[in-house]
Amino acid sequence: MLTLTCPYCGLQADETELHGGGEAHLTRFGPDSSDDEFEAYLFLRQNPRGVHAERWRHVYGCGKWFHALRDTTTLQVFGTYPAQTLTPPADLLKAAGVEPAA
Amino acid sequence: MPPKRRYSAFAIARETLRQHAGWDRAWADRPMKPRYDVIIVGAGGHGLATAYYLGKNFGITNVAILEKGWLGGGNTGRNTTIIRSNYLQDPSAAIYEKARGLYETLSQELNYNIMFSPRGVMMLAQTEHEKRGYLRTAHANALQGVETEFVGPDRVKELCPIISIDGPRYPVLGALWQARGGTARHDAVAWGYARACSDMGMDIIQKCEVTGVRSAGGKVTGLETSRGPVDCDKLGLVVAGHSGHLAQMAGFRLPIESVALQALVSEPIKPCMDVVVMANTVHGYMSQSDKGEMVIGGGADGYNNYTQRGSFHHIEETVRALVETFPMISRLKMLRQWGGIVDMTGDRSPILSTTPLGNCFVNCGWGTGGFKAIPGSGWAMAELMAKGTPGSLAADFGLDRFREGRFIDESVAAGVAH
Repeated sequence: MLTLTCPYCGLQADETELHGGGEAHLTRFGPDSSDDEFEAYLFLRQNPRGVHAERWRHVYGCGKWFHALRDTTTLQVFGTYPAQTLTPPADLLKAAGVEPAA
Repeated sequence: MPPKRRYSAFAIARETLRQHAGWDRAWADRPMKPRYDVIIVGAGGHGLATAYYLGKNFGITNVAILEKGWLGGGNTGRNTTIIRSNYLQDPSAAIYEKARGLYETLSQELNYNIMFSPRGVMMLAQTEHEKRGYLRTAHANALQGVETEFVGPDRVKELCPIISIDGPRYPVLGALWQARGGTARHDAVAWGYARACSDMGMDIIQKCEVTGVRSAGGKVTGLETSRGPVDCDKLGLVVAGHSGHLAQMAGFRLPIESVALQALVSEPIKPCMDVVVMANTVHGYMSQSDKGEMVIGGGADGYNNYTQRGSFHHIEETVRALVETFPMISRLKMLRQWGGIVDMTGDRSPILSTTPLGNCFVNCGWGTGGFKAIPGSGWAMAELMAKGTPGSLAADFGLDRFREGRFIDESVAAGVAH
């Protein structure tokens, strides 16, 4: 059972309490954007075999969206962080062994 | 290379008399050549079928099929072997019906018993919405030339007496019944295609992981592998859950996320159901194998995963749903459980397409329902790779549909069990 700590309410939540929201930190595009930009935003995904920054929602808890950094090949969770973040925090990336530039 | 000895009743009789000493290996284990006309990455059902139809329909036999693990050891060996073609959208119905039709005679064609069993597939309607949806699908299938019918609860009970029609939560209101659907032996499909490919002179290279894609001038020129470099004119990526990983090596992204889907089988019991039943509202599906095991599948996990392990609570949900539908299985012990990595696209329909890299083609995105499509997928992919442009079966499944908004929206049409 995957367990994530909600950065808002502080609870350790089992995955039955959570809902996955897919890849995090996508650049949103609005009206007047090109087809390529919309395609990239709506559909194209990194889908990495390894460290993945992703969105989660604490649906059966506080209801907030948050982010998690997790390895898709080992299921190791490096940590969670608030949704109001454009890139994963440097300390989590370091824990995951990823260069912050990536 | 001598052609393979045919399998037949006479061959079995002959070998019985000499302690089975005369059987050949089903496929050859040859070293990798430095160059091939076509390389297919992935020796699962789809990859092997692609290679087979390249040889059979287009005479292209200088082909290698590379496999990271062992032949048929990915999703081909991990599914619940259901074959059906009762899809709503025309492009899906066309390719799945092509596959179902090819399955009917595949044993004879390959001279390899794939144990195709057209026992019938029943998709239960357990809400008014689902009933209306399946009535619509039945009408669409009639127009597409796919033989299905919507049957009432009495007929459901007649076809599968162990179903609880009055169900505690969701009474059965009817079902979409495809009498020509069924199951086949999944490993045998891979083995039969592999034997036929090897017989045509193609090389199946197992335990050979692709580590890089080489290109020049916007076109693919070869691969780096764990067994050294190899050149090719055309490259086909047919690797299901790992498509995104290979696309990254080839320099493009795919509209795909990889998640785990689990299945399980029970201890073997005496014959109790001779159809496949899918209960999509409560979310589980079940059939009985020839060995007597109940073969069970359910929902996919909700997050990116490459581990071929799933979450326990999905098994619990699936089993709960099936105990509700088939009360008599409540005391069955489960024998084995496993997971496969499925490649989910944005519209839950597959991708058979050219790619931004020249002469590199991709066949992926079959998600949770690839096994049933294997022959049709291989047929269409072979045409795409041989001609460089898709034929009628693959035309609607191009990557450009995500850019242009031409979705083949089976995520709504097929409900959950796809």
